[in-house]
Amino acid sequence: MANKMPDTPLLDQLEDGPWPSFVTGLKRLAQDEDKQYAPMVKSLLGQLEHSYETRKGYWKGGTVGVRGYGAGIIPRFSEVAGKYPESKEFHTLRVMPPAGMHYSTKLLRDMCDIWERNGSGLIAFHGQSGDIMFQAANTEQLQAAFDELNDLGFDLGGAGAGLRTSMSCVGSARCEQSCYDESKAMREVINSMLDDMHRPSLPYKFKAKFSGCANDCVNASHRSDFAVLGTWADDMKVDQERFKDYVATMGRKEIINQVINMCPTRALELNDDDTLGVDNNSCVRCMHCINVLTKALSPGDVKGCTILVGGKRTLKIGDLMGSVVVPFMRLETDEDYEKLADLAQRVLDFFAENALEHERTGEMIERIGLVSFLEGLGLDVDPNMVKHPRTSSYVRTDDWDQEVEKWNKRKQAAAAE
Amino acid sequence: MSDKPRMPIESGVPDPAPYMHPLMVSNYGNWAWHDRPRPGVLHHVAKSGDEIWTVKAGTQRQMDIYTIRKLADIADEFADGHVRFTARSNIEFMVSDEARVAPLIDKLTGEGFPVGGTGNSISMISHTQGWLHCDIPGTDASGVVKALMDVLYDDFVREEMPNRVKITTSCCQINCGGQGDIAINIQHTKPPVINHDLVSNMCERPAVIARCPVAAIRPALVNGKPSLEVDERKCVCCGACYPPCPPMQINDPENSKLAIWVGGKHSSTRSSPAFHKLVYAGLPNNAPRWPEVAEVVTRILRAYKENAKAWERMNEWIERIGWPKFFELTGLPFTKHHIDDWRGGRYTLNTSSHVHF
Repeated sequence: MANKMPDTPLLDQLEDGPWPSFVTGLKRLAQDEDKQYAPMVKSLLGQLEHSYETRKGYWKGGTVGVRGYGAGIIPRFSEVAGKYPESKEFHTLRVMPPAGMHYSTKLLRDMCDIWERNGSGLIAFHGQSGDIMFQAANTEQLQAAFDELNDLGFDLGGAGAGLRTSMSCVGSARCEQSCYDESKAMREVINSMLDDMHRPSLPYKFKAKFSGCANDCVNASHRSDFAVLGTWADDMKVDQERFKDYVATMGRKEIINQVINMCPTRALELNDDDTLGVDNNSCVRCMHCINVLTKALSPGDVKGCTILVGGKRTLKIGDLMGSVVVPFMRLETDEDYEKLADLAQRVLDFFAENALEHERTGEMIERIGLVSFLEGLGLDVDPNMVKHPRTSSYVRTDDWDQEVEKWNKRKQAAAAE
Repeated sequence: MSDKPRMPIESGVPDPAPYMHPLMVSNYGNWAWHDRPRPGVLHHVAKSGDEIWTVKAGTQRQMDIYTIRKLADIADEFADGHVRFTARSNIEFMVSDEARVAPLIDKLTGEGFPVGGTGNSISMISHTQGWLHCDIPGTDASGVVKALMDVLYDDFVREEMPNRVKITTSCCQINCGGQGDIAINIQHTKPPVINHDLVSNMCERPAVIARCPVAAIRPALVNGKPSLEVDERKCVCCGACYPPCPPMQINDPENSKLAIWVGGKHSSTRSSPAFHKLVYAGLPNNAPRWPEVAEVVTRILRAYKENAKAWERMNEWIERIGWPKFFELTGLPFTKHHIDDWRGGRYTLNTSSHVHF
């Protein structure tokens, strides 16, 4: 018995204007009378219109899953199922995309076909954590939808108090500014900790994100507990001939305004012969000059990453940015990437053992202090970890001499390398 | 009858190589430089000499399978059968021949997909779920974003801003949309309304009490039933108690307002990453088009566009001109609510004699 297409005068107003409209897409699905999803989408449109009328949401959570997994499905049950019965169940599958979010058209079509048979026909590319969100299946459809996606080579992402789906930038696939193999790092790290994603039992969520340089296109610094940002340890590269071309095109004034004066550490100068002077010791690899003069400037050869830990949003103590715990880790060989995955695993384990319930990594570090965290992980302190040394004298320094000794030993060891 | 249930293959994050454009596979990690021939188009040159053009287009993110298949058709016809998506739900088509760029742009534009979002444009708003799917939303996300992107369309398809502008929206104060040059977030203004009949059955009370950032929740017996009560003098109306305890309803059609924040920045480019700061609150949750939000957002964008220097992000511009000038240029009021009194708030105060006149 077919349900009726609801009147949606408010949603209809979101079909106007030049930007693509999700409402138009939903209506198209709703009017697909011969498809199994049409009644559900009609009902969904009715409930969404009701939300627009009353300015309230009407979904509640629950417990629904697929075999073998304790996460990855976002259960939704309608609180107004009496009025909109066909969409009383409206669960989402979070599915991890290929690293870097690359798709062949065959893959997109296969995913559409699966979702045409087993879901609502609505897919979001992508959610804020980086999942493909297959939105809206009823409880019965979930297992079949997952099985087909799983056979296609795809796996569920994270939800709840576990390891979450990750993101990496386009990086090495298309960007000359990339300082490591982002998708390799992401797969190495995430795929070695899948148990904590699929059967979550951490104090709270744990996110890792991978950006190939300081531009941080996947917002790792703030939006992940474990942020891997590409950088390099040697000198940045300057093609002086191409730099001179820029000077000729842009003019000296604009080079000074847009490049030299924008350098945060005053590491650049425009020489009298229109070449660029770089003080690489002052350079912090912020990427600004490289972004502006893409043909002339590029990262150096000794590439790797800086690792920041503890970024998160508001709940509960307020926003935290990640902060540096590893100033530089080389990422070149397979062993380097294994080391990165090992560190991520140890950070996650430390978090699992030491965080309080519903406490994020950054909040745990705020509570116990960065030094306790570093000592727990066996990471050496480094002045790159602070904006400046402490300003408070409330600290016990009885072991000062031993700490100085540690520093001296590390310096000697580094000099001997 | 020994049908064994199919067990999952825990394959994790898939290898992108099988889905990636072949030129990106063959030049992986070996790119030399790039430029932007026009808004919406990137041109990358590999060390091998190979060239690839990327055409970027906006999408509605929540896509029906017809839209996705249409995008796949376009990719098959014009772009070697491969696409990728950005973190902000833009779709990218890669072509190996410059001559195919213009027809691809024409096709996308003709099918209603705006080509842009590159360089110093306003890219697609990153957003959350809202009324469509979330269990705790104060507003809709897809709707706010659609309404705003209609208004900001011209700045998506052009590259005329001082630097890139990243806008986010969030349907509750958890702020899943994240930091933005401009962030549009729900800001509740009244404490939760508690359905005491349901609390003891639905809520793990100690967990709810622990969730409150200002310790305003305590256990109570109400009508003989174990429940929770809120000290409304302490409550900051953040809604943190609502997800673990749905009977503590925080959303309200009138009192859940929208607030505008500016100056968030994720990158370490030039300056350190920065949090966004409150500049306006109390805007009505005026579905389906939220015109009051669009008015404030465009006012801020106009001031930024007219006054920032090349490559200054929103926060860098404001840091240079000072907050008094920001409020002057935008015509927005400065109130007591702009002064931070949360932990660490003292570090946001002006401790110098530097005053803007």
